[in-house]
Amino acid sequence: MDWQAFALSARLGVITILFLVPLAVLLGRWLAVTRWRGKPFVEALVILPLVLPPTVLGFYLLAALGPHAPIGRAWEGLFGGGLVFSFQGLVVASILVNIPFAVQPAQRAFEAVGADLRAAAATCGLSPFAAFRAIELPLAAPGILTGAILAFAHTLGEFGVVLMVGGAIPGETKTLALSIYDRVQMLDMAGAGRMAALLLLLSLAAVGLTFFLTRRRPNVGA
Amino acid sequence: MQRRALFAALLLLVTPVAARAAPPAVAAAASLRYALDEAATAFHRQTGKSVRISYGASGSLVQQIESGAPFELFLSADEAHVFRLADKRLTPDRGRIYAVGRLTLATPAGSRLVLDPRLAGLGKGLAAGDVRRLAIANPETAPYGARAREALTTAGLWGKAKPKLVTGENIGQAFQFVATGGADAGLVSLSLVKSPGFTGRYVVVDSALHQPLVQRMVLLEKAGPEARAFHDWLLTRPGQAVLARHGYAPPPPAPQPAPRG
Repeated sequence: MDWQAFALSARLGVITILFLVPLAVLLGRWLAVTRWRGKPFVEALVILPLVLPPTVLGFYLLAALGPHAPIGRAWEGLFGGGLVFSFQGLVVASILVNIPFAVQPAQRAFEAVGADLRAAAATCGLSPFAAFRAIELPLAAPGILTGAILAFAHTLGEFGVVLMVGGAIPGETKTLALSIYDRVQMLDMAGAGRMAALLLLLSLAAVGLTFFLTRRRPNVGA
Repeated sequence: MQRRALFAALLLLVTPVAARAAPPAVAAAASLRYALDEAATAFHRQTGKSVRISYGASGSLVQQIESGAPFELFLSADEAHVFRLADKRLTPDRGRIYAVGRLTLATPAGSRLVLDPRLAGLGKGLAAGDVRRLAIANPETAPYGARAREALTTAGLWGKAKPKLVTGENIGQAFQFVATGGADAGLVSLSLVKSPGFTGRYVVVDSALHQPLVQRMVLLEKAGPEARAFHDWLLTRPGQAVLARHGYAPPPPAPQPAPRG
């Protein structure tokens, strides 16, 4: 069992959702209510990482974040270290890859709040922000949490992008999924098996938890 | 109160890893996996210093170094990849030869293929259909893959072998294909078939069939004292002894200046 890789993956997962949850709330809420004509385009962009081959995303990240690209060079000027093949680079990649997992459930949850309830809150004299805090956010919370759990679980297992922009440096970019791949090449099937079983259990728990959170509740207080 | 504790825990989690001085990152050819793990352990025992090693195909590692990967030392499975970095001025010098590797023909446990250094048995196996899958490393990125292609070509088997090749992303994966019985045979490094987990058989391929696997290492621009110490230690007697145990020959003696007559 490679605990260093597990700790690294867990850190990556937590940091990813720390960035993604605020984004999911803002973007999900906006997508749920906007009547802007460009909405399908934004929705398509949100879903894109889900259908894009990880190697394609990895390729563009390498091109965009490498030391010869503007973003990579700016980062190196600011923080000294390079962005690709570093933990920070993995965070950037992980956030991009997980956008659909976090934003989609949040958007669905805000959509489920409904225009009627928003109108009722306004009639009661609540400002849009007060209504958002007191009514919409609590109602959408299970959806937002579902997104966070899915993004976290998916981060633990992400392989293709991490392989391309990570470089498998122990303690820096060698995540749990890469460690499994490594152990199999070392013929350490027992070690790989233990880690694979752990990932399987964690994924199962995550999916189970999301179903528990989003299960249909009896309609009360409508 | 509880929320504040949670927030503090999260902050702790976000603090960069780099704040703690991490051992230097070393990029090493996949064929070195067992040898260099053992070398790093012995190096740590002797000096108290550590290194973090990432294994991959030499070509992939060069690509990562060119893209800015923070490695301090690169151990290639050939010379060409080190020279490529040197020509791009990514290294202070052209490096040092640390070992000479050997190519082997390996079969999984239970195989009845006749193993001989000039690959005649492999030729018969390919013709008879006993070898349906032959594992090599990707010749484009892995030096052992390139040497395997050369050996097959020189032995006159490339045409017969080509439709049956399964290509590992690096030599470690090609070896895994053989060791797990996924491939009926494979051309892999001596250093890997000598690993404790391998239950199959092997024969060292006649070195006349391919260019020698002269392996060169080079310190990169970011190299700190620990990476330098590991680099130097590998060339010492204890370092070379570890490599020899894993099937590597020592670097050829430096060419003497020609005697003037």
